[in-house]
Amino acid sequence: MLDAFTPDELAAIRLSLRVAFWATLGSLPLGIGVAWLLARGRFPGKVLLDGLVHMPLVLPPVVTGYVLLLLFGRNGPLGKLLGEVGIVLAFDWKGAALACAVMGFPLLVRAVRLGLEAVDQGLEEAAATLGAAPPLVFLTVTLPLMLPGIVAGAILCFAKALGEFGATITFVSNIPGRTQTLPSALYSYTQVPGGDAGALRLTIVAAVLAVAALVASEMLARRVRRRVEGRDG
Amino acid sequence: MAEGLSVSLRHRQGDFTVEADFRAGPGVTALFGRSGAGKTTLLRAVAGLLRPQQGRITLGGRVFVDTGTGAWLPPHRRRVGYVFQDARLFPHLTVRQNLAYGRWFAGRGGATTVPFDDIVGMLGIVPLLGRRPGGLSGGERQRVAIGRALLAGAEVLLLDEPLASLDAARRAEILPYLERLRDGLDLPILHVSHSLAEVVRLATALVLVEQGRVVASGPLAAMLARPDLAALFGRFGTATLLEGTVEGHDPAWELTRVATPAGPLLLPRLDRPVGAAVRLRVLARDVLLSTRPPRDLSARNVLPGMVTALLPGTGAEMEASLDMAGQPLTASLTRLAAAELGLAPGQPVWAVVKAVAVVDGGTGLD
Repeated sequence: MLDAFTPDELAAIRLSLRVAFWATLGSLPLGIGVAWLLARGRFPGKVLLDGLVHMPLVLPPVVTGYVLLLLFGRNGPLGKLLGEVGIVLAFDWKGAALACAVMGFPLLVRAVRLGLEAVDQGLEEAAATLGAAPPLVFLTVTLPLMLPGIVAGAILCFAKALGEFGATITFVSNIPGRTQTLPSALYSYTQVPGGDAGALRLTIVAAVLAVAALVASEMLARRVRRRVEGRDG
Repeated sequence: MAEGLSVSLRHRQGDFTVEADFRAGPGVTALFGRSGAGKTTLLRAVAGLLRPQQGRITLGGRVFVDTGTGAWLPPHRRRVGYVFQDARLFPHLTVRQNLAYGRWFAGRGGATTVPFDDIVGMLGIVPLLGRRPGGLSGGERQRVAIGRALLAGAEVLLLDEPLASLDAARRAEILPYLERLRDGLDLPILHVSHSLAEVVRLATALVLVEQGRVVASGPLAAMLARPDLAALFGRFGTATLLEGTVEGHDPAWELTRVATPAGPLLLPRLDRPVGAAVRLRVLARDVLLSTRPPRDLSARNVLPGMVTALLPGTGAEMEASLDMAGQPLTASLTRLAAAELGLAPGQPVWAVVKAVAVVDGGTGLD
């Protein structure tokens, strides 16, 4: 079945999955932290943080990609710093993962925050009276109970990362085998004569991946919800 | 532990001020008052879930909070067993894991813990161990919550109306377990309640809370006998508690003889063995007085005693304190009756007890 795809197409599919996976996994800890700050924290500048997190949602993706290029490009202030320890993001799949993570971040934080706000703080009080120090209350009660929100956020982030196009192509370009993700490959096909068959093949792949992610998430979410609601079986 | 719990605090929330000063030793100390009187605020302060603006709370030799010195022990280091009104079991854990939760921390902290099997057996929750809280009934949940608090090595048990959310049948199911805890464990239990029936049945001491203030506190029997507090007890009025023992049954007449410090009393047949303890309540308005041994009365419970004090009441009513062979008993009567009988302290009288309520055991909650 894989024969139906060209090597570049296969590389693009593999790269997209890899980028989406790392974008999601990498932004989860930070996303949970930021969601906690926004839901529970009381500090000056909270509105600012909220706005900053949501920026990629309202900015044109090209702008986000360009800002990333300015910051993390070879000559950007952060790019230089990372370069010194041997990490190069520009024109590399890791850069694509960063772009996708930034674009998926607001979706992730929103879902995790909703999950956290649904946690009964009375249960956290109960845990404290039972001898659990605050970090352990978080690990043993809050975190497991906000799992539905975390799962939902991770899936949204993953789906967003699979489809991300504007910021990615602006930041890391569209190099087949290196930074060409599935959407970029599809875009390339639409730019050349006779690319219709390839574009169609990739469209089908994108649809299959999206449906598979949805089904998997629904199954996972159902299992987690049953656990959190404390039902038997 | 002998010093028990000592609470003294002042805390303002909006335009509501909670001000309290009371002590609680081993046994059940009931915090009694209307809903919204500030009872839960007091429990939360003891547990450390609320930081009082002013005050000092100690348990034994341990200082929980002292705003004078700035001392503050966070809730997780207080070893306080808090049983919330809504149980608050962890839904993502099984009953067994819920019970083990606090125990794990207690074990790490080096606190002495009570044997798991003892507590689980005492509360009758063995069959529930493998289940999740979502499927438990209200009564089962509260029993698990009590077990969880005890297994965490609690040195004081805080019960925040654990029965309030339950129907009469479930309440009757839990009460015997609470009685067993009271009698079987040597730790102070603070029991928040607005049900006098519950208080009369369980408590050894009573703290009366009204609009954020502790208006009186003391041993239960003494508190119930205080005529100045009668209004707070609602429709019951002043009452006397008698701790009796079943002396024998009379099957022919369907009666049970109960020995009390005030003298023997006949009650409609009780379903209890000879020798069993029984807590009785005699309302002041159910006691008639006679200056001579009464004859030809239908009442069978007539006890000799002596007037110790006459207490002026409001309106036509007043109360007489009696000494029945060493046991105080309160009778209510009209001022007119007292004047016409010429009652005075030191005078021998006969108390006719019209009605006696059994206030412990069974489902005797009214």
